[in-house]
Amino acid sequence: MEFLQPRSLAEAIAAKAEHPGAVPIAGGTDVMVEINFDARRPGTLLDLNRVAELASWQLSNGLVRLGAGVTYTSVIAELGGLLPGLAMAARTVGSPQIRNRGTVGGNLGAASPAGDCHPVLLAAGANVEAASAGGTRLIPAAEFFTGPKRSVLAPDELITAVLIPAAPGPQQFAKIGTRNAMVIAVCAFALELRPPADGSAGTIGTGIGSAGPTPLRATEAEEFLAGTLAEAGLWETADRLPEQVAQRFGELVAAAARPIDDVRGTAAYRRRALSVLARRTLAWAWETYRTGDGARACG
Amino acid sequence: MRVTMTVNGEQATADDVWEGESLLFVLRERLALPGSKNACEQGECGSCTVLLDDVPVCACLVAAGQAVGREVVTVEGLAAASAADGGREGLHPVQQAFIDAGAVQCGFCTPGLVVQAYDLLRRTPGVPADPDIREALAGNLCRCTGYEKILDAVRLAATRMDAVRMGGGAA
Repeated sequence: MEFLQPRSLAEAIAAKAEHPGAVPIAGGTDVMVEINFDARRPGTLLDLNRVAELASWQLSNGLVRLGAGVTYTSVIAELGGLLPGLAMAARTVGSPQIRNRGTVGGNLGAASPAGDCHPVLLAAGANVEAASAGGTRLIPAAEFFTGPKRSVLAPDELITAVLIPAAPGPQQFAKIGTRNAMVIAVCAFALELRPPADGSAGTIGTGIGSAGPTPLRATEAEEFLAGTLAEAGLWETADRLPEQVAQRFGELVAAAARPIDDVRGTAAYRRRALSVLARRTLAWAWETYRTGDGARACG
Repeated sequence: MRVTMTVNGEQATADDVWEGESLLFVLRERLALPGSKNACEQGECGSCTVLLDDVPVCACLVAAGQAVGREVVTVEGLAAASAADGGREGLHPVQQAFIDAGAVQCGFCTPGLVVQAYDLLRRTPGVPADPDIREALAGNLCRCTGYEKILDAVRLAATRMDAVRMGGGAA
């Protein structure tokens, strides 16, 4: 096995061009498990830990450029204000030891349907930045995943960053699992409310995790909720949300899922749980919008 | 490949390391430091927790090459930190508290818990709240399920370390 250790982004991109089969490794929380269990024997490992450019984030014009190597621990410590939904999801990842090593870029690279960041990135309309020797491109998070552990990333490309709009309104994330730590999601749901601003209508963002071959948006649910809030003038009045609206929103989210039966749960349970998560996260997010209170943690 | 790093304050070198090998394997099988335990090899159990550049990580998930040039502290190195924290007889107060509280059963999870508890207590003034202890130790599994005694041990260590910090000497 070859072990490549580039010291800069330029070196890393050049290494990936020369060794398109090289498996990038950052926190190792997925790659090392596969190697330890002999499930994978990459010919070349491409260590990204020494690439300083990947390890930081910047805010510019309302957009957070989150380096692919930023750890969950850093997201929680530094981005709870700008990206509350992502910070909530990061808090549910693994354990402190895993969050100290695992990265958002690695979550994307593994492209597991159960990745905890994915629903949030879909709900927020994030873009994945991929770089190769030929240049850099942006891929909408909703178009990044093509199947379980598969993405549109080309063999010579590296994920360099995720571009995420700073939260324009309340965000929520909730996840079902058998305990609070070290849990692969049975299902997960992320929600973003985008209140009307500068004459544009209010919109809704959603993301479903671990209930389909890829993370999914619930576009019908988004359109239903945005339409209902606008028609009833609820963005302006900030009145309580009618129960039947939350109910319908939950049903539409469940209908958007494409779950299967597996070791973590049945398809029927996942649909049922998603309708509950959708209702709950909507209730929390709407309460935050109404009262201007800080976002409440999931749970 | 050759792997050189600082382990418990001293330079350590291992030769002929396979590139896919974990830091845990290097520590246990090549550097004669079996304190970090090899249990799940997938980051689930925390038994191999070490400090990598002062951050607690699962050593089984760090590729050996990623540790080159870094500072690693294992459970074997905690005693060296004990003087400042009021430790005696080569044990860190966290280790002594695990003994005194009866928090060691089969002992397999103990090294990881000790390192993780050490990290929590050095960052937390006073005695941490129970939810904070539980959260800090959420990635460390004890299959004897002796968690209540482990919580007792962390509280006991915190109380003793706080007394030292406050200038009261070892409790």
